[in-house]
Amino acid sequence: MKISFSDKQMTVFLSGDIDHHNASSLRAKTDTEIIKQKPQKLILDFSDVSFMDSSGVGFVIGRYKTALDVGCTTAVTGLRDRDKKILMMSGMENKIEFR
Amino acid sequence: MKAINDFKMNIMSKSANEGFIRAVTAAFCALIDPTVEEISDIKTAVSEAVTNAVVHAYKEKQGRIYIDAAIYPDNTVKIRIKDKGCGIEDVKKAMEPLYTTSGDERSGLGFSVMESFCDKLKVSSTPGKGTVVTLTKKITGKCE
Repeated sequence: MKISFSDKQMTVFLSGDIDHHNASSLRAKTDTEIIKQKPQKLILDFSDVSFMDSSGVGFVIGRYKTALDVGCTTAVTGLRDRDKKILMMSGMENKIEFR
Repeated sequence: MKAINDFKMNIMSKSANEGFIRAVTAAFCALIDPTVEEISDIKTAVSEAVTNAVVHAYKEKQGRIYIDAAIYPDNTVKIRIKDKGCGIEDVKKAMEPLYTTSGDERSGLGFSVMESFCDKLKVSSTPGKGTVVTLTKKITGKCE
Protein backbone atom coordinates (compact mmCIF):
# COMPACT_ATOMS: atom_id res chain seq x y z
CA MET A 1 0.00 0.00 0.00
CA LYS A 2 1.22 3.50 -0.85
CA ILE A 3 -0.23 6.81 0.22
CA SER A 4 0.27 10.11 -1.58
CA PHE A 5 -0.87 13.66 -0.86
CA SER A 6 -1.50 16.61 -3.11
CA ASP A 7 -3.68 19.68 -2.62
CA LYS A 8 -5.57 18.41 0.44
CA GLN A 9 -6.19 15.17 -1.42
CA MET A 10 -5.02 11.85 0.02
CA THR A 11 -4.78 8.87 -2.34
CA VAL A 12 -4.38 5.35 -1.00
CA PHE A 13 -2.99 2.95 -3.62
CA LEU A 14 -4.15 -0.49 -2.53
CA SER A 15 -2.62 -3.67 -3.91
CA GLY A 16 -2.79 -7.45 -3.64
CA ASP A 17 -5.56 -9.23 -1.75
CA ILE A 18 -7.98 -7.32 0.45
CA ASP A 19 -9.48 -9.92 2.73
CA HIS A 20 -10.22 -10.09 6.44
CA HIS A 21 -6.59 -10.95 7.23
CA ASN A 22 -5.03 -8.06 5.32
CA ALA A 23 -7.71 -5.45 5.98
CA SER A 24 -6.73 -4.79 9.61
CA SER A 25 -3.23 -3.48 8.85
CA LEU A 26 -4.51 -1.45 5.89
CA ARG A 27 -7.16 0.02 8.17
CA ALA A 28 -4.67 1.07 10.86
CA LYS A 29 -2.23 2.69 8.40
CA THR A 30 -4.94 4.52 6.46
CA ASP A 31 -6.76 5.81 9.56
CA THR A 32 -3.51 7.09 11.10
CA GLU A 33 -2.82 9.16 7.99
CA ILE A 34 -6.41 10.45 7.64
CA ILE A 35 -6.41 11.64 11.27
CA LYS A 36 -2.92 13.15 10.99
CA GLN A 37 -3.27 14.85 7.60
CA LYS A 38 -6.99 15.75 7.69
CA PRO A 39 -7.42 15.76 3.88
CA GLN A 40 -10.52 17.16 2.18
CA LYS A 41 -10.73 14.29 -0.28
CA LEU A 42 -9.82 10.63 0.25
CA ILE A 43 -9.32 8.49 -2.84
CA LEU A 44 -9.10 4.72 -2.46
CA ASP A 45 -7.42 3.39 -5.59
CA PHE A 46 -8.13 -0.32 -6.25
CA SER A 47 -6.29 -0.52 -9.60
CA ASP A 48 -3.69 -3.00 -8.31
CA VAL A 49 -6.05 -5.07 -6.15
CA SER A 50 -6.06 -8.68 -7.32
CA PHE A 51 -8.72 -9.99 -4.95
CA MET A 52 -11.39 -8.49 -2.74
CA ASP A 53 -14.25 -9.95 -0.72
CA SER A 54 -16.76 -8.29 1.63
CA SER A 55 -13.90 -7.42 4.00
CA GLY A 56 -12.96 -4.87 1.33
CA VAL A 57 -16.43 -3.39 1.67
CA GLY A 58 -15.93 -3.16 5.44
CA PHE A 59 -12.62 -1.41 4.75
CA VAL A 60 -14.25 1.18 2.47
CA ILE A 61 -17.16 1.85 4.87
CA GLY A 62 -14.75 2.21 7.79
CA ARG A 63 -12.49 4.68 5.95
CA TYR A 64 -15.53 6.63 4.75
CA LYS A 65 -16.53 7.05 8.40
CA THR A 66 -13.03 8.03 9.58
CA ALA A 67 -12.80 10.54 6.72
CA LEU A 68 -16.23 11.96 7.51
CA ASP A 69 -15.12 12.59 11.09
CA VAL A 70 -12.42 14.98 9.81
CA GLY A 71 -14.77 16.59 7.26
CA CYS A 72 -13.40 14.65 4.30
CA THR A 73 -15.34 13.02 1.43
CA THR A 74 -14.42 9.67 -0.09
CA ALA A 75 -14.07 8.36 -3.64
CA VAL A 76 -13.15 4.92 -4.97
CA THR A 77 -11.42 4.29 -8.27
CA GLY A 78 -9.98 1.40 -10.29
CA LEU A 79 -12.51 -1.18 -9.05
CA ARG A 80 -13.05 -4.23 -11.23
CA ASP A 81 -16.70 -4.86 -12.14
CA ARG A 82 -17.08 -7.77 -9.74
CA ASP A 83 -15.63 -5.78 -6.84
CA LYS A 84 -17.90 -2.86 -7.70
CA LYS A 85 -20.82 -5.29 -7.56
CA ILE A 86 -19.81 -6.35 -4.01
CA LEU A 87 -19.42 -2.73 -2.91
CA MET A 88 -22.81 -1.79 -4.42
CA MET A 89 -24.48 -4.46 -2.26
CA SER A 90 -23.67 -2.30 0.77
CA GLY A 91 -25.68 0.65 -0.54
CA MET A 92 -22.59 2.90 -0.33
CA GLU A 93 -23.10 4.34 -3.82
CA ASN A 94 -25.04 7.26 -2.35
CA LYS A 95 -22.31 8.10 0.13
CA ILE A 96 -19.11 7.69 -1.81
CA GLU A 97 -18.11 8.72 -5.28
CA PHE A 98 -17.35 5.99 -7.83
CA ARG A 99 -14.75 7.09 -10.39
CA MET B 1 -24.43 -38.46 -8.37
CA LYS B 2 -20.97 -39.84 -7.68
CA ALA B 3 -18.05 -37.42 -7.59
CA ILE B 4 -15.35 -37.84 -10.21
CA ASN B 5 -12.78 -36.07 -8.04
CA ASP B 6 -12.61 -34.77 -4.51
CA PHE B 7 -10.30 -33.44 -1.82
CA LYS B 8 -10.46 -32.93 1.92
CA MET B 9 -8.33 -30.85 4.23
CA ASN B 10 -8.47 -29.23 7.60
CA ILE B 11 -6.49 -26.29 8.84
CA MET B 12 -6.16 -24.03 11.86
CA SER B 13 -8.64 -21.16 11.95
CA LYS B 14 -5.97 -18.47 11.59
CA SER B 15 -6.82 -15.45 9.48
CA ALA B 16 -3.46 -15.89 7.72
CA ASN B 17 -4.84 -19.15 6.27
CA GLU B 18 -7.75 -17.44 4.48
CA GLY B 19 -5.70 -16.80 1.35
CA PHE B 20 -4.23 -20.31 1.43
CA ILE B 21 -7.68 -21.93 1.55
CA ARG B 22 -8.86 -19.72 -1.35
CA ALA B 23 -5.83 -20.66 -3.41
CA VAL B 24 -6.11 -24.41 -2.74
CA THR B 25 -9.83 -24.52 -3.54
CA ALA B 26 -9.31 -22.47 -6.69
CA ALA B 27 -6.48 -24.77 -7.81
CA PHE B 28 -8.70 -27.82 -7.32
CA CYS B 29 -11.55 -26.27 -9.31
CA ALA B 30 -9.08 -25.24 -12.02
CA LEU B 31 -8.76 -28.94 -12.89
CA ILE B 32 -12.02 -28.70 -14.87
CA ASP B 33 -10.96 -25.62 -16.80
CA PRO B 34 -13.28 -22.91 -15.49
CA THR B 35 -13.27 -19.36 -16.80
CA VAL B 36 -11.31 -16.70 -14.92
CA GLU B 37 -14.66 -15.26 -13.76
CA GLU B 38 -15.80 -18.62 -12.40
CA ILE B 39 -12.55 -19.08 -10.48
CA SER B 40 -12.92 -15.57 -9.05
CA ASP B 41 -16.51 -16.34 -8.03
CA ILE B 42 -15.39 -19.48 -6.19
CA LYS B 43 -12.49 -17.70 -4.48
CA THR B 44 -14.77 -14.92 -3.29
CA ALA B 45 -17.51 -17.24 -1.98
CA VAL B 46 -14.99 -19.52 -0.23
CA SER B 47 -13.26 -16.50 1.31
CA GLU B 48 -16.56 -15.32 2.80
CA ALA B 49 -17.34 -18.73 4.32
CA VAL B 50 -13.83 -19.15 5.75
CA THR B 51 -13.83 -15.60 7.16
CA ASN B 52 -17.14 -16.36 8.89
CA ALA B 53 -15.53 -19.40 10.52
CA VAL B 54 -12.50 -17.37 11.69
CA VAL B 55 -14.41 -14.27 12.81
CA HIS B 56 -17.73 -15.62 14.07
CA ALA B 57 -17.49 -19.36 14.73
CA TYR B 58 -14.25 -19.37 16.72
CA LYS B 59 -13.95 -15.66 17.60
CA GLU B 60 -10.75 -15.24 19.64
CA LYS B 61 -10.38 -18.99 20.12
CA GLN B 62 -8.40 -21.25 17.85
CA GLY B 63 -10.20 -24.10 16.15
CA ARG B 64 -10.02 -26.01 12.90
CA ILE B 65 -11.74 -25.38 9.61
CA TYR B 66 -12.67 -28.44 7.54
CA ILE B 67 -12.87 -28.04 3.80
CA ASP B 68 -13.95 -30.63 1.31
CA ALA B 69 -14.72 -30.18 -2.33
CA ALA B 70 -16.00 -32.50 -5.03
CA ILE B 71 -16.37 -32.33 -8.79
CA TYR B 72 -19.33 -34.12 -10.38
CA PRO B 73 -19.73 -35.47 -13.95
CA ASP B 74 -22.03 -32.56 -14.91
CA ASN B 75 -19.19 -30.12 -14.09
CA THR B 76 -20.75 -29.05 -10.84
CA VAL B 77 -18.43 -28.23 -7.97
CA LYS B 78 -19.60 -28.63 -4.40
CA ILE B 79 -17.50 -27.08 -1.65
CA ARG B 80 -18.21 -27.56 2.04
CA ILE B 81 -16.69 -25.33 4.72
CA LYS B 82 -17.29 -26.70 8.19
CA ASP B 83 -16.36 -25.49 11.65
CA LYS B 84 -16.90 -26.76 15.18
CA GLY B 85 -17.40 -23.28 16.59
CA CYS B 86 -20.24 -21.52 18.36
CA GLY B 87 -22.87 -22.11 15.68
CA ILE B 88 -25.56 -19.67 14.53
CA GLU B 89 -28.70 -19.18 16.65
CA ASP B 90 -30.82 -17.83 13.81
CA VAL B 91 -29.54 -18.80 10.36
CA LYS B 92 -32.33 -16.94 8.53
CA LYS B 93 -31.47 -13.71 10.35
CA ALA B 94 -27.73 -14.22 9.80
CA MET B 95 -28.35 -14.52 6.07
CA GLU B 96 -30.17 -11.19 5.81
CA PRO B 97 -28.10 -8.67 3.82
CA LEU B 98 -26.16 -6.19 5.97
CA TYR B 99 -26.93 -8.10 9.20
CA THR B 100 -23.84 -8.49 11.38
CA THR B 101 -23.21 -9.31 15.02
CA SER B 102 -19.67 -8.02 14.83
CA GLY B 103 -18.64 -4.40 15.12
CA ASP B 104 -15.21 -5.15 13.71
CA GLU B 105 -15.86 -3.51 10.34
CA ARG B 106 -17.83 -6.47 9.09
CA SER B 107 -20.15 -5.38 6.30
CA GLY B 108 -22.79 -8.06 6.95
CA LEU B 109 -22.57 -9.11 3.30
CA GLY B 110 -20.86 -12.49 3.62
CA PHE B 111 -23.86 -14.71 2.87
CA SER B 112 -25.19 -12.27 0.23
CA VAL B 113 -21.86 -12.48 -1.60
CA MET B 114 -21.84 -16.29 -1.37
CA GLU B 115 -25.39 -16.39 -2.79
CA SER B 116 -24.51 -13.94 -5.51
CA PHE B 117 -21.41 -15.80 -6.73
CA CYS B 118 -22.68 -19.38 -6.43
CA ASP B 119 -25.67 -21.24 -7.86
CA LYS B 120 -26.69 -22.67 -4.51
CA LEU B 121 -25.90 -21.91 -0.89
CA LYS B 122 -26.88 -24.12 2.02
CA VAL B 123 -26.19 -23.24 5.63
CA SER B 124 -26.81 -25.68 8.46
CA SER B 125 -25.86 -24.77 11.97
CA THR B 126 -26.31 -26.06 15.51
CA PRO B 127 -25.64 -23.59 18.32
CA GLY B 128 -22.70 -24.80 20.39
CA LYS B 129 -21.72 -27.42 17.79
CA GLY B 130 -20.79 -25.59 14.62
CA THR B 131 -21.76 -24.63 11.10
CA VAL B 132 -21.58 -26.21 7.67
CA VAL B 133 -21.73 -24.00 4.58
CA THR B 134 -22.20 -25.78 1.26
CA LEU B 135 -21.51 -23.88 -1.94
CA THR B 136 -22.53 -25.34 -5.28
CA LYS B 137 -21.52 -23.95 -8.65
CA LYS B 138 -21.80 -25.26 -12.17
CA ILE B 139 -18.66 -24.66 -14.20
CA THR B 140 -19.48 -23.79 -17.78
CA GLY B 141 -16.03 -22.74 -18.94
CA LYS B 142 -14.92 -26.25 -19.85
CA CYS B 143 -14.22 -26.77 -23.54
CA GLU B 144 -14.20 -30.29 -24.91
